[in-house]
Amino acid sequence: MNPFMIALVLVLVSVAIAIIRVLLGPTVPDRVVGLDTINTLVIAGMLLFGAAYKEIIYVDVAIVYALLSYITTLYIAKYLQGGKL
Amino acid sequence: MLAFIASAVFCFVIWLLLTFNGRMWGTDEIVAGIVMACIAGYISRKIFIKDFKLANPKRWLMILAYLPRFFYEMAKANFDVAYRVLTGRIKPGIVKIAPDLKSDLAITTLANSITLTPGTLSVDVDEEKNLYVHWINVKDEVLEKMPRDYKPICSTFPEWARRIGE
Amino acid sequence: MMWEIIYIFLGIGVAFNMLGSLGLIRFPDVYTRLHAGTKCTTFGSIFICFAIIAYGLWRWYDGEKEMISLAIHTFFAMIAILLTNPTGAHAIARAAHRSGVKPARAVVDDLEAKEGEND
Repeated sequence: MNPFMIALVLVLVSVAIAIIRVLLGPTVPDRVVGLDTINTLVIAGMLLFGAAYKEIIYVDVAIVYALLSYITTLYIAKYLQGGKL
Repeated sequence: MLAFIASAVFCFVIWLLLTFNGRMWGTDEIVAGIVMACIAGYISRKIFIKDFKLANPKRWLMILAYLPRFFYEMAKANFDVAYRVLTGRIKPGIVKIAPDLKSDLAITTLANSITLTPGTLSVDVDEEKNLYVHWINVKDEVLEKMPRDYKPICSTFPEWARRIGE
Repeated sequence: MMWEIIYIFLGIGVAFNMLGSLGLIRFPDVYTRLHAGTKCTTFGSIFICFAIIAYGLWRWYDGEKEMISLAIHTFFAMIAILLTNPTGAHAIARAAHRSGVKPARAVVDDLEAKEGEND
């Protein structure tokens, strides 16, 4: 079995653990932290998937996803703090 | 104009690296790259390049010299956090440090380094460029005097940030 | 030989990613959760990137010419992770403090004192 697939399954298990925090999270920033962690883990998962199937297009998707999820995090943070940035 | 040329050249180099697939580039790829780099460089020239500090090769050497030490601190930080995840032994607090840096580049370098190194996370920065740092394991001797000593919090990173960014 | 290096890198990366999400569950408040969720996942993802770069360079050296682009593209993804993760964590921490979340079990809070002066 391909080692990259095994690593991908384990990364997806950590995504599942992080989802528990998103569901539980007593405050809104807790949920945002959970989502931010999930974003990073999903990027790692996409890279592993691209390496496992030798498809470079997944790595391109991961780069774009990294930049877009960063903008999303900044946007949510600005919404939370209110007022001027 | 100089800002436009610098960002266009930067974009073009990234285009060349991203389209390289083991053979030489075709003429069509290079022409498309030049057109796209000019468009992207024109749009981003004011955002991307504020001043020409990073054009100085001495700063790049400094960044290269900084990276191994930074990576070592980062590895140490992760074993520290792993230890605290497993044992749950924490003593958190938010402390203020005055690193006395002027430029935006230096303070950004310092804040990002602090976030990735042992037990600290930068929370806020005020108008006088004082940093507010969340510290996961506060040491008692730092709490005694008010202009906090930054040595126990972030070791020699302010000096490195000054050499890179000032 | 090359597989062993890739196994070690992947093992370190996956272990730290799992520790990061475990810390997300175990720590008591937003700021300490950010410590776990940012540092551990950044470090783990960087090691996963190292594994993939090593794999791409090795396949390229063995004659699969197009695999060099796997290494280059993964390197760019690594730079993106390394630049965006600490900045995002900083933004979340600041927003959490301004929206009124107090650090749990804190022994000192200088930022609280400073915001009190301004009001």
